Amino acid sequence: MTEAQTISGADPHYNYGYLDEQTKRMVRRALLKAVAIPGYQVPFGSREMPLARGWGTGGIQITAALIGPSDCLKVIDQGADDTTNAVSIRNFFARVTGGRTTQKTAEATIIQTRHRIPEKPLRADQILVYQVPQPEPLRKLEPSEVETRNMHAWEEYGLMQVRLYEDIARFGHVATTYAYPVMVNERYIASPTPIPKFDNPKMDMMPALQLFGAGREKRVYAIPPFTRVRSLDFEDHPFTVQSWDKPCELCGSRLSYLDEVIVDDHGARIFVCSDTDYCEERRQDGEGA
Amino acid sequence: MYVAVKGGEAAIGATHGLIAQERRGDAATPELQTRQIREQMKLAIARVMNEGSLYDEDLAALALKQSQGDSVEAAFLMRAYRTTLPRFGSSLPVDTAAMAIRRRISATFKDLPGGQVLGPTYDYTHRLFDFALEEGSAHAPPQMAQEPLAATMPRVPDILGDEGLLETEVAPAGDPAPVDITRDPAEFPADRDVRLQMLSRGDEGFLLGLAYSVQRGFGGNHPFAGEIRMGEVSVLYTPEELGFEIDIGDITLTECQMINQFTGSQEAPPQFTRGYGFAFGHSERKAMSMAIVDRALKGRDLGEGANFPAQQEEFVLYHCDMIEASGFVEHLKLPHYVDFQGELELVRKIRQEQAERKQRAAAEQAS
Repeated sequence: MTEAQTISGADPHYNYGYLDEQTKRMVRRALLKAVAIPGYQVPFGSREMPLARGWGTGGIQITAALIGPSDCLKVIDQGADDTTNAVSIRNFFARVTGGRTTQKTAEATIIQTRHRIPEKPLRADQILVYQVPQPEPLRKLEPSEVETRNMHAWEEYGLMQVRLYEDIARFGHVATTYAYPVMVNERYIASPTPIPKFDNPKMDMMPALQLFGAGREKRVYAIPPFTRVRSLDFEDHPFTVQSWDKPCELCGSRLSYLDEVIVDDHGARIFVCSDTDYCEERRQDGEGA
Repeated sequence: MYVAVKGGEAAIGATHGLIAQERRGDAATPELQTRQIREQMKLAIARVMNEGSLYDEDLAALALKQSQGDSVEAAFLMRAYRTTLPRFGSSLPVDTAAMAIRRRISATFKDLPGGQVLGPTYDYTHRLFDFALEEGSAHAPPQMAQEPLAATMPRVPDILGDEGLLETEVAPAGDPAPVDITRDPAEFPADRDVRLQMLSRGDEGFLLGLAYSVQRGFGGNHPFAGEIRMGEVSVLYTPEELGFEIDIGDITLTECQMINQFTGSQEAPPQFTRGYGFAFGHSERKAMSMAIVDRALKGRDLGEGANFPAQQEEFVLYHCDMIEASGFVEHLKLPHYVDFQGELELVRKIRQEQAERKQRAAAEQAS
């Protein structure tokens, strides 16, 4: 532990990674349990962090428990490295670890994310850490924690199927566009966090380890590498993802998730990649406008 | 041509400068010293220590200064700091019966052993501005009693308890060490140790509102203030290497025991039940509210049902923590445009499909 404390560049007032070593061990133990039971929400002794609840304290604690001097950290929010909260979290880790950070998906060993999965496929030597506002996919159907834990224990998921069915009956579609529920390893229904359902297929059989941290709700869960992740659907209403009529205005990609940007007072809009690193790399490679 | 919005890094740096300027205010006014806050804003200090779950008046003063007096923000600073402190042990339970009393009142007895001690309170001040304070306060020294207070003042519930009229509070079998909600996550249904810890760091305003709802009939247990006491207690600690207890200092506490009527059940004869409130510093409103809510949440064990918000454990305990509540509500300030894009796309699609359906139907009717 003392060797870690002397890492150059780290704020000497705090332990390496902010959390003390006992706390890191506690978080890692919870993560090991989470990996052993894919999709199961493991309660953990979530600490108060110097960033606000709901602003990524679950993800921050996981990253703090994992990060070491050889790591390179990327933080994204809405797919972008330069959104204010991503900047703030990246600066926090730069301060308490003195470690390397990057905006390039390919260079990162740990990627902490809010609301997106990078477009570039992740590798087995990378870890994706999700910030989770509400880990319980059943919460909107059943407010009580005591009840929802029982429902998971008994694999009692009929309520969720009924909700999806009711959407189809009313709107002709499942009216869930983000935090679209997934079945992990054919056992636990889990929340993919508010990523757009566009990203759900990326979770399936992903080579990278996926860790989920909900600080306020004091839960972690995990999807180990190469685990089956299935978005819930019906045979006659198969799961589909969003698509756009236009390509990205900047890089011309037709494969990425696009943000809509209003460009004048008359509501004229263009569409651009939400994943800024992906977009920039494509432009550097000579794609797009 | 649209240029991707960049500059989060520079904006964050600039906002830190702005907030420092806002905090300082007019430079012609002398800067507030944390010592002044500690000595002259004692009740604000107490609230920050309670909701910040850390007894440290100096840090609470600094937190209030740094947060421009925003008590939630100040409590947040305390919480984030306490995360970094090593846990080297637990004190022995503090003995509030041995409190050096500064205030002790009971609403259930006209007089009682040890007497009623009004102490410092705003209760009987008229809420009229004391404009003299604008210029500085040259107050006359308070009149002190001739005799010191009784050395021991039994707690009122202990007096009532002797008659068997009051619910006895016994530790669970084996008297296990209480759960520490700052180390382990609370589990539901929550035991009383968890409940009291969560309430004691809960937001005063939230608990006050819930307590009020109980009084107005959304809960239905009429509470009596059995006793409220405030004063200093010693904190005793037994270091492992010494093996005997040492006094590591005094802290100011407020304790409230509410007494509530209970009509009895098939098995239990009618008796009084109690609710317990406990807070750092002089924090009567908090301690009273906590005691009423604690009693309301006992409903589960007493077979009262949980028909009202104050009786619903998950509702009360999950939502009373203002650090968590404010963080999550305020996170709505973070960008959500990726998810919003998904919703835009869905709403457009459903509207388009609806319009097409209507068009088709109209066309069919026309033909």
